[in-house]
Amino acid sequence: MSNYLDDDMIVCRCEEVTVGEIREAVRDGAKDVVGVKRRTRAGMGLCQGRTCEKMVMAIIAQELDKRTDQVGTSSARPPVRPLTFGELADAEVI
Amino acid sequence: MSVKMIDVLVIGAGPAGLAAAIEAAKLSASVIIADLNMKPGGQLFKQIHKFFGSSAHHSGSRGIDIGRMLLNEAEEAGVEIWLKSTVTGIFPGGKVSIEREYDDRDAELVTLHPKEVVIATGASENAIRFKNWTAPGVMGAGAAQTMVNVNHVRPGNKVVMLGSGNVGLIVSYQLMQAGCDVKALVEAAPKIGGYAVHAAKIRRAGVPILLRHTIIEAKTGQDGSVCGCVTAEVNEHFAPIPGTEETIDCDVITIAAGLKPTMDLIKLAGCELTYDALFGGYVPLHSEKMETSVRGIFVAGDSTGVEEANTALDEGRIAGISAAEGLGLISETEAADRRTEIWRRLDSLRMGPFGERRRTEKNHLIELYHESVKEQKAFA
Repeated sequence: MSNYLDDDMIVCRCEEVTVGEIREAVRDGAKDVVGVKRRTRAGMGLCQGRTCEKMVMAIIAQELDKRTDQVGTSSARPPVRPLTFGELADAEVI
Repeated sequence: MSVKMIDVLVIGAGPAGLAAAIEAAKLSASVIIADLNMKPGGQLFKQIHKFFGSSAHHSGSRGIDIGRMLLNEAEEAGVEIWLKSTVTGIFPGGKVSIEREYDDRDAELVTLHPKEVVIATGASENAIRFKNWTAPGVMGAGAAQTMVNVNHVRPGNKVVMLGSGNVGLIVSYQLMQAGCDVKALVEAAPKIGGYAVHAAKIRRAGVPILLRHTIIEAKTGQDGSVCGCVTAEVNEHFAPIPGTEETIDCDVITIAAGLKPTMDLIKLAGCELTYDALFGGYVPLHSEKMETSVRGIFVAGDSTGVEEANTALDEGRIAGISAAEGLGLISETEAADRRTEIWRRLDSLRMGPFGERRRTEKNHLIELYHESVKEQKAFA
């Protein structure tokens, strides 16, 4: 389905990354979700890829002529939900 | 502040998490259940329709009543329920950080050191891309359902629904009950995805179901929000056919295109994953005890593969019993017997055209676990 998408359509709304930028990242050598994330920031915003990861996977798979399960998934990093600096600063180190 | 030691931390107070917490607490484990929402119950409290299935699975009951029943049971079993409590990380050495929000003071980060963890974080809605899909007024069907059934707010007046699975059908009907004018259901497949009984309600009310159609654009007005929906017919490869575009007047577009398991904490805990298209994406490998490749980390419900509330409940029960077994609170044989009984019930739930495939797939995942996980990693 992703081949019908225009290059200027937004995929990752948190970081405002477009279909074209993801295709460009793949042409630049990205082979998986992590590769695209490092090049474009897709999946690094507020929602941490919960909204866009499947679409990113579909575009990479399409561009590389692979199956969706061959393009990896992103790694999770704490905090998995947004926290304020104040909360982090007040937390005790244990 | 010191690290609080407990037996079992359950993450997510939906049907799977509540059932796990109840079973573990009944076997005298000390249990905290943490949920980021203001109310427990997960999706149950927005399900005002009656469930199908056998009497062991609450057929004829409404989700909201099952939620209340579970909540009472959890309280009676001594489960400590932490609401507005977001688990933000799982760290080496078995520490779990939780952001707790309060009504009367600032939020704080607390650290728990549970002996075992049940991750029941559920699923999130799939997004679909079309022109202007980020405009205000485009939302998940689940979000619209929360607005009308929980918050009693209409998302708008005129709705176009994308997707004719059970979520699309049921939420369309509930939006109509809330006073919305549902203009059309749009479905790319050549036939309706959900149960005929739900589809019939929609058709009887005169709402057209546009099969072999998709949404290609949200029209936006001066304020940038949705003021129309452009549909088009699709060919056998689901590509829009030029010249078939039609614009429907609407101010809301809801998307019911399936769900995907919420995996962030499962990933952080270091559980082995596999990709499973039927279950919605990446899922954790788990045994028949609902234990993952990390010892002491259990999973249950939609985060192990998107299904439904009843299967989530039973998987939660298994996870709770297994967690208690890990703590030595129930004998291996008794735990195994109770699991066998629940698995039998689960098999009877996973029947019919939709269920059979899920049963086969679940068994496949468990086989895969035993093939690929030779030795569990340590957690606590």
